[in-house]
Amino acid sequence: MDWVNAIVQGIFVGGLYALFATGLSLIFGVMRLVNIAHGDLIILAAFLSLAVVDGLNIHPLVSLVIVVPVMAAFGYALQRGILNFTLGKDILPPLLVTFGLSVIIQNALLETFSADSQRLQAGAIETASIPIGQGLAIGVLPLIIFVTAIVVIGGLQFVFYQTTLGRVFRATSDDAVTARTMGIDKSHVFALAMALALAVVAIAGVLMGIRTNFDPAVGPARLLFAFEAVIMGGLGNLWGTLAGGIILGVAQAIGAQINPGWQILAGHIAFLIVLVIRPNGLFPRIQG
Amino acid sequence: MTAAKTILSMDMVSKSYGALKVTDALSLTLGEGEALGVIGPNGAGKSTMFNLIAGGVAPDEGKVFFDGKDITGMPPFERCKAGIGRSYQIPHPFEGMTVFENLLVGARFGGDLSEAQAYDRCVAVLDQTGLLPKANVRAGSLTLLERKRLEMARALSTNPRVLLLDEIAGGLTEQECHSLVETIQQIHASGTSIIWIEHIVHALVAVVSRLIVINFGAKIEEGEPKAVMESAAVREIYMGIEVDDAAA
Repeated sequence: MDWVNAIVQGIFVGGLYALFATGLSLIFGVMRLVNIAHGDLIILAAFLSLAVVDGLNIHPLVSLVIVVPVMAAFGYALQRGILNFTLGKDILPPLLVTFGLSVIIQNALLETFSADSQRLQAGAIETASIPIGQGLAIGVLPLIIFVTAIVVIGGLQFVFYQTTLGRVFRATSDDAVTARTMGIDKSHVFALAMALALAVVAIAGVLMGIRTNFDPAVGPARLLFAFEAVIMGGLGNLWGTLAGGIILGVAQAIGAQINPGWQILAGHIAFLIVLVIRPNGLFPRIQG
Repeated sequence: MTAAKTILSMDMVSKSYGALKVTDALSLTLGEGEALGVIGPNGAGKSTMFNLIAGGVAPDEGKVFFDGKDITGMPPFERCKAGIGRSYQIPHPFEGMTVFENLLVGARFGGDLSEAQAYDRCVAVLDQTGLLPKANVRAGSLTLLERKRLEMARALSTNPRVLLLDEIAGGLTEQECHSLVETIQQIHASGTSIIWIEHIVHALVAVVSRLIVINFGAKIEEGEPKAVMESAAVREIYMGIEVDDAAA
């Protein structure tokens, strides 16, 4: 039963990894931008929620009402004000600039909130669980996170394939030069994509903050999990990203079951195995 | 046609890439409703001329005017919205999207239409360009002729007042070329002004009423198609090419 339990928990953690990865996947998909600061932006969102929760004395989940739009606005401004200028034929400038951004965010958080480990206090739902028989129980919070991941990915999938905004994202991603001559303002479209990505980052950050401790230095590890989930799932395929997140979560849970010290390593090993067997990921881009 | 209002003009436009002058003090005017043909050898700067008009390339000197306004500093997407539709010599469809979606993007943004209006516009353009049966096919799976038609259809979806066609007939069979010419004649008849760069002169002269010749980035000849093709300068560049009398 311990093994079944570990796998079930692993699947649910996978939902959180998928949320980490979705924003990364979206940004890369639309503008071929690899955002090294992605993990730190997740942590930034968690701290932002912490500040809102402390300041207004509200529940962390309610703080999403403020954190999501603030992060989205920040994303729009960041893309329009800085990142758009780094995009071009050379792939190095965006990597360097987002790496710099990563360092800046970490240090700004350290200055503002200190290096102390923090947690978003969510009350009863943190420990609530639903028994499903035979000694197994599903935590309410992991379930909420997993369902959120499915809703977010399903929502983005709808936006991408059924709406005008999605068509513009796909057209710009396909051929940005031609998109300009179709009346599309590339700077604006890219900024909208970053805003959408950081709205997802905000959700991921707050849910992560309720589930685990965080401090200003843990961003890069989130980035690594996000990368692994995106690449295992296949670039540009959001449902694949969910599958990648679940594989990572399950591998970590199995590793931890064998030996608690092997948790992270087991995830990386699963990643390497997938990379060797399917270098393009398990579900490479399906075009609609 | 010369009496018609000018819709588009270039005034002494120059563009160099390093030491290479690809556009050399080029001036031209296009009347409202006119169809203008452009010929010239490969590398003469014809596509660069379109880039200068559509905004993909900024000129070093000179100005571009559209509908009486100086658009020299206007970004490409605004020029598209203003009414300049451009097709590329090498088709650049949005490959992962359907033919209909390709047009929809142009109609919604370039044409500034609502979703419902854009749907109607796209259906009309697909019908006009013969692509209606292919509406829900992924653009990446189209044949060359269909891609060329899509290139034109997508430019039309933005509801252009001036349509820039870049070697749209190149690589097509005689039959395909003929049907393409008919489509372009219809588009012209509906009031759209056209500048058409083409090597296939008999197709070109079936549509245009005026021809300019570009060589080394400069305009070397201009006028009524038959006269231009018979001029000494053109004969020198295109040895042995005759104007098809039936078409002219």
